[in-house]
Amino acid sequence: MSATSTSVNGNGKYKVIGTRPIRPDGVDKVTGRALYGIDMNLTGMLYGQILRSPHPHARIRGIDTSKAAALEGVRAVVTAKDLPPAGADEVISLVEGTFRLTHLRSNILAGDKVLYQGHSVAAVAATSLHIAEEALRLIEVDYEILPDVVDVVAAMQEDAPLLHDDLTTQEFGEDSGKKSNIASHIQFKLGDLEKGFAESDIIVEEEFNTASVHQGYIESHNATAEWKTDGQLTVWTSTQGAFGVQKQTAGILGIPVSKVKVVPMEIGGGFGGKIPVYLAPQAALLSKLTGRAVKIVMTRTDVFQSTGPTPASYVKVKLGADKTGKLLAAEANIAFAAGAFPGSPIGAGAVCVFSCYDIPNGLVNGYDVVLNKPRSAAYRAPGSTQVNFAVETLVDEIAEKLGMDPIEIRLLNAAEEGMRRVDGAVYPRIGCRETLEQARAHEHYQTPLTGPHRGRGIATGFWMNAGLKSTVTASVNEDGTVNLMEGSTDIGGSRASIAMQFAEVLGLPAEAINPMVGDTSSVGYTELTGGSRVTFATGWAAYEAANEVKRILITKAALYWEAKVEEVRFEDGDFIHASDPEKRLSFKELASHLVDLGGPVVGTGAVDPDSGVGGSFTTCLADVEVDPETGKVKILRFTMVQDAGTAIHPSYVEGQMQGGSAQGIGWALNEEYFYSEGRMKNASFLDYRMPTCLDLPMIETVIVEVPHPQHPFGVRGVGEASIVPPPAAIANAIYDAVGVRLRDLPMRPDRIFSACLEKQAATVAT
Amino acid sequence: MVIGDIERKLRLQNFEYSAPVTVKEAIDLLAGDNCGARILAGGTDLIVQLRQGHLSTDRVVDIKRLPDCNKLSYDPSEGLILGAAVPCHRIYGDETIVKTYPGLIDAAAIIGGIQIQGRATVGGNLCNSSPSADTIPILIAYRAECEIAGPTGTRKVPVEDFCTAPGKNILQKGEILLALHLPSVAKSSGAHYLRFIPRFEMDIAVVGAGAYVELDEEGRSFKKARIGLAAVAPTPLFAREAGDLLQGKEVSEASIDAAALAAQSIARPISDMRAPAEYRKHLVKVLTKRALWGAVRRARGEFVPNAVQENGR
Repeated sequence: MSATSTSVNGNGKYKVIGTRPIRPDGVDKVTGRALYGIDMNLTGMLYGQILRSPHPHARIRGIDTSKAAALEGVRAVVTAKDLPPAGADEVISLVEGTFRLTHLRSNILAGDKVLYQGHSVAAVAATSLHIAEEALRLIEVDYEILPDVVDVVAAMQEDAPLLHDDLTTQEFGEDSGKKSNIASHIQFKLGDLEKGFAESDIIVEEEFNTASVHQGYIESHNATAEWKTDGQLTVWTSTQGAFGVQKQTAGILGIPVSKVKVVPMEIGGGFGGKIPVYLAPQAALLSKLTGRAVKIVMTRTDVFQSTGPTPASYVKVKLGADKTGKLLAAEANIAFAAGAFPGSPIGAGAVCVFSCYDIPNGLVNGYDVVLNKPRSAAYRAPGSTQVNFAVETLVDEIAEKLGMDPIEIRLLNAAEEGMRRVDGAVYPRIGCRETLEQARAHEHYQTPLTGPHRGRGIATGFWMNAGLKSTVTASVNEDGTVNLMEGSTDIGGSRASIAMQFAEVLGLPAEAINPMVGDTSSVGYTELTGGSRVTFATGWAAYEAANEVKRILITKAALYWEAKVEEVRFEDGDFIHASDPEKRLSFKELASHLVDLGGPVVGTGAVDPDSGVGGSFTTCLADVEVDPETGKVKILRFTMVQDAGTAIHPSYVEGQMQGGSAQGIGWALNEEYFYSEGRMKNASFLDYRMPTCLDLPMIETVIVEVPHPQHPFGVRGVGEASIVPPPAAIANAIYDAVGVRLRDLPMRPDRIFSACLEKQAATVAT
Repeated sequence: MVIGDIERKLRLQNFEYSAPVTVKEAIDLLAGDNCGARILAGGTDLIVQLRQGHLSTDRVVDIKRLPDCNKLSYDPSEGLILGAAVPCHRIYGDETIVKTYPGLIDAAAIIGGIQIQGRATVGGNLCNSSPSADTIPILIAYRAECEIAGPTGTRKVPVEDFCTAPGKNILQKGEILLALHLPSVAKSSGAHYLRFIPRFEMDIAVVGAGAYVELDEEGRSFKKARIGLAAVAPTPLFAREAGDLLQGKEVSEASIDAAALAAQSIARPISDMRAPAEYRKHLVKVLTKRALWGAVRRARGEFVPNAVQENGR
């Protein structure tokens, strides 16, 4: 898709890795055959609907469901009282952190309070969607309206309306006992901050705000549940991780995980937002009461008002540098709007804020703040984009003040192997410098930008990437193909990249592998698709499974030749008799003899690799033109450079880079939850303005390959880091174009225009 | 079209559907109905509003089979007859209209996306009577008239008198907008519509401005000018005084700026999720100026691309 794609450092040592085969799920998807959650249709299935709160904050004095239950065609109505009571200290551990079950349950069906507009209050199952909707209108909820707070800084104040009576601030992991909307306060320290600033020749300090933005996946949330009389519950749903849905659903319903089977359907985008469950527990409760399968599908308005935006943020950053541009000290205060329940990615934000630079002295304070918005969810490099916007703007300001080239100052301070980050982690081999060098060398950067009101901006970003648990099972077919069962739902072409790593080990063409995504009963435990981990960890599991298949096949070849196992070697996809090289069997030939050689060949890979702290770095270049009369920004040219480690399937690496760039551009310019009186006013794709084709130039990509030092193929993972630097790069480009610094996202036309007016007024005044 | 501020959403409820083939039949259906019958042309507003629960109805009367509503004919002396059920793509697919009424094309080519333009109609855009409707300012600028049929006969009403409030217009029970009549355009005339949106497509106008100008033979001064505005008041506005200011004036930055200021003075926008009022007010001046200059350039025979030409469709 990209106009120019460059792969750097590719070593050409692989046969399959680095090629671009057609994705295994492609035909089904382009012909409409792929099955998504909304396609579920079971005999006697009922339709569920959720009643949602119109108020951002209210106490529920009572719910009368009798009229709804009496409506013809309505089979069941459930509220919070149908959920099992949770003990106050019951917790559930998920990839994103540890959560209190009371919070997860309250988000599924509100207990004594609703905490945001769109909060689920009751659920209905009926014989048709219309009847279910009609029934919602017959449910009477007696609300006592409470004062609300949707601004993160306001929510932190002593006199702010408190969302949870029992929430006290965790100070550095210890319960402070202080009632507050600040759920936790974390801190990282490195070196001597005061000394660092004292030695600095130049200090910049500014405050930044970013709005809540949504992941914006095309497919809305859905779940179909069937709770059979034997106590076995099956859930078909759109999710990033079937095992996560299993764990959450079982936890919320108070049943063992073995009683819940989750079937992940094809997924129409997730970006982090399809990790939490929103509908499965309600559908399950309704199914249990009715003895029928129940399907619930969200409208787009529900998706916006009830599911995870990424946190809005307040970020204050102070940077100090010497005359040469060397960064000496850095301080950040970061507050993330967790939404109605604790659990924003404040830890990740605090790790990422200064992750691109070698700064000897640092202090980071992070605050996880609850307020009357939907419970926030992960969004592509969760927490990194918000903090990057602040730091990368300030680095640009230092460069400008010192008269330095913006890439040179970044190269001077670039994170490198052996550097200690503010959170204490020490980097292994990383590719930060390489992305900067490639950006500098790129024709884009080398071509001067001309014309009025045009500007160029650059920014560098980081995401830490995850490892975590993955399982792959491979069975060899007699025709020489391999069925490969894995547990990672395929969002960005990962079936292809996992199959390719398997194929590489055995010297097979990618097409010989038939990868399938299993449900929770048919594949070993696999963590969710997120954290840029699937090609890294599930690919690693495929590598292990392929090696096991190879070992077994060597014994089979030995059996076939009546030779010793040590006499068989595997070379270039062939099994060879070491002492009689005339005896040679291809994988396919050997597979055809398996029926006589003791039966099935199955290989398994079950891994839990630590990805290390290497992660993936990105550098992007943005050229913009600003209409000085309206403040509207047009992106003229955009180039994304990313260290992918090894790019398994370059097309899907480029796809990730382009997708992350597009979302970063949307976040930069127009996307926001627009609130008025605690209510989101733009809960549709018409007024929640994601970029369209006409808003984006062709996004150019440069893949840098600095192999991950531990991964068998050097994979780093590429799903997320590309969303991080675009807002800062565009802010820097706007400054270059019209001389105004934007401190708030989104950089809407009216904000840019106002900033230009203020600048004019200031110029006139002086 | 109002989407987003939705407290209770209902999916489409059952209704009667009729597709009459004569105007009389259509009028009888509408006049004899007591359940809030709704007229369906392209349906790109109506179906959405029914689905969102903003409107409810027990009867939908489809006018796409009425021959009068499907007319699209141009005569140099009579002007353009634009049937109320003619979709946008037919309008910008007609070379004569593209050449003769470029301002109309500017608007027809930016309503929704390309799929919407396959169904959406200018007549429907007018009858939906949104303050931000893209076609209304340029219809006003072109001095278009509405041909309305009803139980007591037909009547003609200038477009600027059609809308009465957001979503409301002068159509009485049993009345149908059959067609729009755009008068023929003078030699040395030009028109241009443009809107401000935060993105580059798909948005609702934050402000829209349409201008029609007639210049003298040398293209140096204005013989007349008409300006229409969108999204700056409860209804689309006819900026009559702003246009009149230009009559007989030389084409210049000064004269056009003065007209733009006059247009700005009648704007009374609101602040909402699409833009703050003050910014909208500022945009009225900018867009009026640009619409006038675009119209002038076209009147002088210069090429000013419309959205179809710009996006290479």
